Amino acid sequence: MSSSQPVIKVEQLSKLYKLGQVSTGTISHDVNRWWAGIRGKEDPYLKIGETNARESQSDSPYVWALKDINFEVQQGEIVGIVGRNGAGKSTLLKLLSRTTAPTQGSIKVKGRIASLLEVGTGFHPDLTGRENVFLNGAILGMTRSEIKKKFDEIVSFSGVERYIDTPVKRYSSGMYVRLAFAVAAHLESEILVIDEILAVGDIEFQKKCMGKMGDVANKEGKTILFVSHNMQAVQKMCTSGLLLKQGLQKTRGSMEKTIQEYLSDASSARSYVEVQNQSDQQDLPGQVLSVQIIDEQGQRIPEISVGKIWSIKVQYQINKALDSFIFAIGLSTELEVPIRTVFTEATKVAPGQYEAVLSYTDIVLSSGRYSIAVGLSNYEKSFAYHADIIQVLISDISELDDERIVKTRASGLILNPLNIYVSKI
Amino acid sequence: MNTKKEEQWDLIIKPRAPFFSLNLQELWQYRDLLLLMVKRDVTTVYKQTVLGPLWFFLQPVLTTIIFTIVFSEIAKLPTGKPPAVLFYLSGLIVWNFFSETLLNTSKTFTENAAVFGKVYFPRLIIPLAKTISGFLKFFIQLGLFLLVLSFFHLFRGLPYTFNAALFFLPVLFVFMSLLGLGAGIILSSLTTKYRDLVFLIAFGVQLLMYATPVIIPLADVPDQYLWIMKLNPMTSIIETFRYAFIDAGSFDLLGLSYSAGFALFLLFLGMVIFNRVEKTFIDTV
Repeated sequence: MSSSQPVIKVEQLSKLYKLGQVSTGTISHDVNRWWAGIRGKEDPYLKIGETNARESQSDSPYVWALKDINFEVQQGEIVGIVGRNGAGKSTLLKLLSRTTAPTQGSIKVKGRIASLLEVGTGFHPDLTGRENVFLNGAILGMTRSEIKKKFDEIVSFSGVERYIDTPVKRYSSGMYVRLAFAVAAHLESEILVIDEILAVGDIEFQKKCMGKMGDVANKEGKTILFVSHNMQAVQKMCTSGLLLKQGLQKTRGSMEKTIQEYLSDASSARSYVEVQNQSDQQDLPGQVLSVQIIDEQGQRIPEISVGKIWSIKVQYQINKALDSFIFAIGLSTELEVPIRTVFTEATKVAPGQYEAVLSYTDIVLSSGRYSIAVGLSNYEKSFAYHADIIQVLISDISELDDERIVKTRASGLILNPLNIYVSKI
Repeated sequence: MNTKKEEQWDLIIKPRAPFFSLNLQELWQYRDLLLLMVKRDVTTVYKQTVLGPLWFFLQPVLTTIIFTIVFSEIAKLPTGKPPAVLFYLSGLIVWNFFSETLLNTSKTFTENAAVFGKVYFPRLIIPLAKTISGFLKFFIQLGLFLLVLSFFHLFRGLPYTFNAALFFLPVLFVFMSLLGLGAGIILSSLTTKYRDLVFLIAFGVQLLMYATPVIIPLADVPDQYLWIMKLNPMTSIIETFRYAFIDAGSFDLLGLSYSAGFALFLLFLGMVIFNRVEKTFIDTV
C-alpha cells in the first residue's frame, strides 16, 4: 500500500547554534573549520555543543538547538509537534521549510513541501489584493496557472471580493490576514508545514482556518506538520504527535501519548516543593515543611486538565502547643488576583508533624497558571507565611464534554457549569 | 517479488551544498515567481509619485544636463567628436544600469531577510529579478537615448555613423548584466556577515564611475592612468557602446574579451559564494 510509505524521513537531524555576537571570532573559527575540513577531520566546534538546557550554566558558546532527531511521517498524517519554549520546535520548522540548513543529518521528502510560518509572506502594500494573491502564491511555490484555477475559490474564502482590486495597504488588518490565509489554504503542495500563529484573526475566522486545515488533510489526503503551543488545537486536529524537549526527541507516537508525556514532563512547573527552613526558625511556633500538588489518585502532578480534581497537600510542623491555631491556603491568579482563601477553624494543636489536604473538587478553574500561598497563625498572628510557594498549571486539554464549558479564560476564571433559565414573560 | 530498490525522494535536505550547484530545473519551476517579482519591482517603484514612470527619464536627463554644464561648459573637459549631451547620456545610461544592478542585487539578503526566513524558494530569483527589472529600465532609457540621437541627426546635422559594432550590442548587454549581477551577489553574500560592506558599496560604486570613460573619453586619459581605466571591465563596454552609436569611444576586441572573461569569472565566483551563504544566512543575518 502506498499509504504505508513514509513521505518524510528525518534522520539524525541536528542543528548547532553559536550563542552571543555573531561577528566576534567568526573569522578565526571559520579558518579552523576550513583547516579541519581539508584534513578530513570533523568540525572542531561540533563536539563542544551541548543540549539546549537554558537553566544550566556553561561556558560553551555553542548549543544544539536540535540533536539526533529521527522520525518518519506517513502520507495523510497530521503530526502535532509540541514542546515547551526552547524545545526546538521553531528550529525544526526552519529546517523543514529550508530557511536554514541542518548542521548534521538529513530530511528526505516525497512530493512538494510548502511551509506556512507566516501568512502573507511577500505581500507588497502597494499591490492590489489580486496582484498579491498571485505574488504570494508564487512565493509559496504555486505556478501561475494553478493560482488562476483557484483564484475565485481563494477570493470567496477570504471574503474580500469587493476590495480585490484595492491596494492591500488600504485593507483592515483582518481583511489582510484573511486574504493571506486564503492563499495559504489553497496550496497545491502534498505536504504542509504549519506554524500555529497561522491561525489568526477573529475567533470565527480562526475556526474557519482550523476547519479548513482539517479538511485539507482528510479530504485531499495531504500530510500536515503542525507546530503548536496550543494543546487544545493539537489534540483536536492531529493524528499523531512528536514531543521535543531541549532539542531532543522525547516521544513520537499517538497524540494521546504525546500529550500525556508533555503534561507529566512539565519542566517549568513543579509538583513538589520542600521549604528550606533556617535553623533559627526552630524557635518559631511552627513551620511549613513541604507543599505538593496531587491528582485524584494521590500522584504528584505538575499540570492538571481543566475539570480534573486536584488537591494541595501541605506538611507542616508544630514546635509547641498552640491554643488558637489556624491553617490557611490561598489561591490566586498568576497576576496575584486572589481567587479564594480557605481557613481552618481555630483549634488547639499539640507539637508534631501534620498534613493538610485541600481538594478543589467544586471549583472548575479555567486554563492557566495559578499561584498558591500557605500560612500558619496563632491567635490571628501569622508566624509562617509563604506567598507563591508553588504554582499549579491548569491545562486546556480537557476531558469534560460539557458543551456549556468554554475551556479558555475568555469565559472567565471559573468554569463551573451554570444554567440560565429562560422563560417568556 | 521484493526487489530491494533505492527509495525515491523528491527532495533531500542536507547540511552542505555542493561546491557549485546551479539548479536550472528548479529555477524554471519558479519562472512565474521571477516574472511576478520583475513586475512588482517595475510597478511599485514609482507608485504614488506624481510623475510616475517619467522618473525613468528624469534621472538620466538631469544628470546629463548637470554633467554637460559642469564638465563640458565650465571645466572644458573634452568629449571627442559627438555633442557633449550624447556623450554623457550614452555613458550614463550604461553606467547607471551597471551600478543599480550591483546595488540592488547586493541587498538581496539584507532586504529580504524577513521573507527568506519564512519561505523557501530559489534565492537566486531575487537578484535575477532585480537584474531583469533593471534591464527593462535600461531599455526604456536606451529609447530615450535613441530619441535624443535622432534629434541630433535630423535637426542638428549630425552625420550618421552607425557601424557593424551595433551587432555587438546584445553581447554587450549580456555581459554588463552579468557583471552587475556577479558583483552584486558576491557582495550580497558577504554583507550577511560583514555589514561594513553596505556602506562601502554605496559610495564605492560612485567612486568607481571615475574609473570608467563616462566623463572622460578613454582617448584623452593620460597614459599613467590608462591602466586603471582598462582594468575596469565596464570601460570597454561603454567604449563599444559609444563606438556603435555616436562615433566616439573605441572598438577593442581584446578589451571586450577581458570584460567577458571578467563577467564570467564574477558570475562563477558569485554562484559559489551565494550557494554557500543562502543555506544558512538566516542564522547570521
